[in-house]
Amino acid sequence: MGGLSLGHFVTLSGILFALGLFTVVTRRNAIGILMGVELVLNSANVNYVAFARYANAGYDGQVFAIFVIMLAAAEAAIGLAIVLGIYQTFETIDVEATDRLRR
Amino acid sequence: MSITVAVFYLLAAVTVGSALGVAFSNSIVYSAFALMGTLLGVAAMFVLLGADFLGVVQLLVYVGGILVLTLFAVMLTHRISDVNVSNRAVGRLPALVLVGIAFGWMLWAARRAVWVVKNPEAPAPTTYGIGNAFLTHYVLPFEIASIVLLAALIGAVVVSRKEVKG
Repeated sequence: MGGLSLGHFVTLSGILFALGLFTVVTRRNAIGILMGVELVLNSANVNYVAFARYANAGYDGQVFAIFVIMLAAAEAAIGLAIVLGIYQTFETIDVEATDRLRR
Repeated sequence: MSITVAVFYLLAAVTVGSALGVAFSNSIVYSAFALMGTLLGVAAMFVLLGADFLGVVQLLVYVGGILVLTLFAVMLTHRISDVNVSNRAVGRLPALVLVGIAFGWMLWAARRAVWVVKNPEAPAPTTYGIGNAFLTHYVLPFEIASIVLLAALIGAVVVSRKEVKG
């Protein structure tokens, strides 16, 4: 790994996390919010693998990254199913229009 | 600058550029396609870090599964009147300030922290080791994750189907 350090990957993961957080905060579209969550999960995965590699921690980091990917798949399936259910009920996926329980 | 560093910066540019597209694009369809670039870039990062199996898993599960699912949801719910994507409660400027503070704080913490860094070993095939870890040390979390996935998929089917009254 000539020249690459842990800091490179941690910085990249920080940028991805910040952009994912920005997406989650600014989107009003429920699917857009789920995309932001995917960005955040990916940044965490980059951190896991980078730390495991630079600490010579064996396969633990990669195993945890695989668990994160599994749970992200479950989260995407459930989340998108809920979005489709909301769309059938409210005819929109604007997260600010679905406030029936609040009124 | 060695070739590894050059490749890293090229892939990082693709990843971050696509992530910017996800965050700032006005169309949710463009966001979904930009997400593909980010996921591919992260898969390439895994390969660069010597995690070849994880790179393939990322490609199969994220690009082949989650992204296609997201695109289906976009196509099934997209409407022309849905162009107003920005949030009324939190505008883009306050969000930028918030995210900037969070990012600066993380960078500050990362610079201050003392990492235990050893010299990384040469990249080797990881599939055997990961499979071994899953079937010995991590066998219980592995089985629980399988049950979680099964429950999530059944739940997704139940939640998203149309209710038949009668």
